[in-house]
Amino acid sequence: MGTILFELALTCYFAVTIIGIIGLFKGSKESSQLMLVVTGAGFLIHSASIVYRYISAGHLPITSMYEATSFFAWCIVLIFFFLEYRYKIGIMGSFILPIVFILMLSSSVLPRGIHPLSPVLQSYWLGIHAFLAFLGNAAFAVAFGIGIMYLLQEHYLKSKNTHGLFKRLPSIQVLDEINYKLITLGFPLLTLAIISGALWAESAWGSYWRWDPKEVWSLITWFIYALILHLRLTAGRRGKRAAILSVIGFLIVLFTFFGVNLISTKSLHSFS
Amino acid sequence: MKVLVVGLNHKTANVATREKLAFTGAKLEEGVLGLRQIPEVKEAALLSTCNRVEIYTCVSDIEAAVENIKKFLASFHNITVKDFEESLYSLTESHAVRHMLRVASSLDSMVLGEPQILGQLKDVFDFALNKKTTGILLNKLFKSAISTAKRVRTETKIAENAVSISFAAVELAKKIFTDLSGKSFMLLGAGEMAELAARHLVRNGVKEVAVVNRTYSGGCELAGEFNGRAVRFEDFLHELAHMDIIICSTGAPTYILVREQMNKVMKERKHRPVFIIDISVPRNIDPDINKIENVYLYDIDDLQEVIDSNILERKKEAEKAEQIIDDEVEKFIKWMSSLDSVPTIVALRRKAEVIKNEELEKFKGKCPDLSEDRLKAVEYLATAIVNKLIHPPTSALKEDTEDKDELIAMIKKLYGINGCNVED
Repeated sequence: MGTILFELALTCYFAVTIIGIIGLFKGSKESSQLMLVVTGAGFLIHSASIVYRYISAGHLPITSMYEATSFFAWCIVLIFFFLEYRYKIGIMGSFILPIVFILMLSSSVLPRGIHPLSPVLQSYWLGIHAFLAFLGNAAFAVAFGIGIMYLLQEHYLKSKNTHGLFKRLPSIQVLDEINYKLITLGFPLLTLAIISGALWAESAWGSYWRWDPKEVWSLITWFIYALILHLRLTAGRRGKRAAILSVIGFLIVLFTFFGVNLISTKSLHSFS
Repeated sequence: MKVLVVGLNHKTANVATREKLAFTGAKLEEGVLGLRQIPEVKEAALLSTCNRVEIYTCVSDIEAAVENIKKFLASFHNITVKDFEESLYSLTESHAVRHMLRVASSLDSMVLGEPQILGQLKDVFDFALNKKTTGILLNKLFKSAISTAKRVRTETKIAENAVSISFAAVELAKKIFTDLSGKSFMLLGAGEMAELAARHLVRNGVKEVAVVNRTYSGGCELAGEFNGRAVRFEDFLHELAHMDIIICSTGAPTYILVREQMNKVMKERKHRPVFIIDISVPRNIDPDINKIENVYLYDIDDLQEVIDSNILERKKEAEKAEQIIDDEVEKFIKWMSSLDSVPTIVALRRKAEVIKNEELEKFKGKCPDLSEDRLKAVEYLATAIVNKLIHPPTSALKEDTEDKDELIAMIKKLYGINGCNVED
């Protein structure tokens, strides 16, 4: 049952990715509406699959790589819907939903077994810490998509090319504003995730910080986004720089999420 | 009755000829009423714009009508037929219908997709309705032209991309700022094109307008027009930091704004984006400024290029529009042929026959034990009544009268026959 729901959601996200890519070349109102409808269906099914998993496992379904990736993707779709509702930028889906699909696809190849929770994870901190971290990272994922859109539109404007996507991409000011909002959402969430993680570590192991690779890379991520906010708030550095940094920032997020687990199996955060 | 369009436009006639034949002001009414005096012309409407003079008519005899319309034009404008004959086109039937639909949809306009022509055509129609110079055919044709134009507007992107400097400037500004309300705008210099663009920006809601002119008094005058304020030329650099959109059109022989100055301005305005349009020749703003982050500088050539590519786009959309036109012309021609008397007579007879048979069936149901002979008699009676009743309209349809189209339409309405029934 859980598997069927997951595969169905994956299929929906695959469909919207295809619609989204076609939409880049030959967009219309109908295609972006279709994209929203299919994404909505995918999101509902995806939510059901997470709830089902929660019930059958008896704990929050974010303790294996498979579960975590799926939950990460779910958070991105959630934020996407908020933005679409607020700004109604039809073409946005073409840039954000493929990220969701790729995450879901990589989740689908991971082992799906349900493991009993190790005693150290049996804590209410798990929910708080992981939820903050995933929602924060999801905001950064969307900021990545918006950043790409910004860089494209900026390039069109600078090179005085009004063909292609120029007409359908929104204004750079709106994209910059969304990017800023996403980072001001993601940054405090990440900060709280790190703090809650430290508190949890203190209560579980007796020390706040243990230079675990995940901790180190999260800190690097934190610094990147802190830099974006710093540049903007002090020197007013916005636009292109913020967009480039949010693209780089998300690549580091991805590395923190997947890469660290590949290079180090001894991490406290390795899902096992 | 046949549709006939006689006219000339910017493609066939030069300005001088178009001027000579223009119907302006009170001449319009005189003209349209004069046209209706021509014996062959049964319905008439007259369009006179700076790019075209066109006479839409329904006539009984095309050749005679064309000749008389030419003579009428010559005597009305006190010129000879030879003065304009070569520029004149006359289109009939489906060609005329197609032409009118294309004109309304702005496919025949000098600026492809421009919106004014539809309004002008609507005015012509209203005027004709008012003066009762049109009848069933032209009324239907005007309605069809107007709805076709609306279809073209909504189903194609023919009117979507800016094809003038001022519209292109606003279109670009909206890709930088989305919403222009709340933005500040500076007009540096003067000139027709710059002022037009400025006016268009103001209409799109820019909050603050600052005008810098060679002379302070000139600036004040222009500023008054835009509800803005004048700024002395010496002070414009200080004001620049809180300007989001700048249009520059001065007669200065060199750059009045260079990169280092703009760098400072950007720092001061915390790198919020700026859109600068330099339409002066020679250029007044150092093109290097475009390399600064968050500054978007367009000169007159850049804007022209945007416009050129938009024109190409409109041409592509025009091809789609032509298909819509084909579709609508076909519909109209079908409607027109349904106005023929023969199919109407057939439809009328069939309708009477159907009613008669239905009623006979009902009657049989009510009196099931009627003898064969009696039944025959009743049938005979019914047929006789029906024939008597449809005889006058049928013979009226067979007569060759001038207002036949109206008669046909009337009969169809009275007897509830619609166009589709005629074919089957």
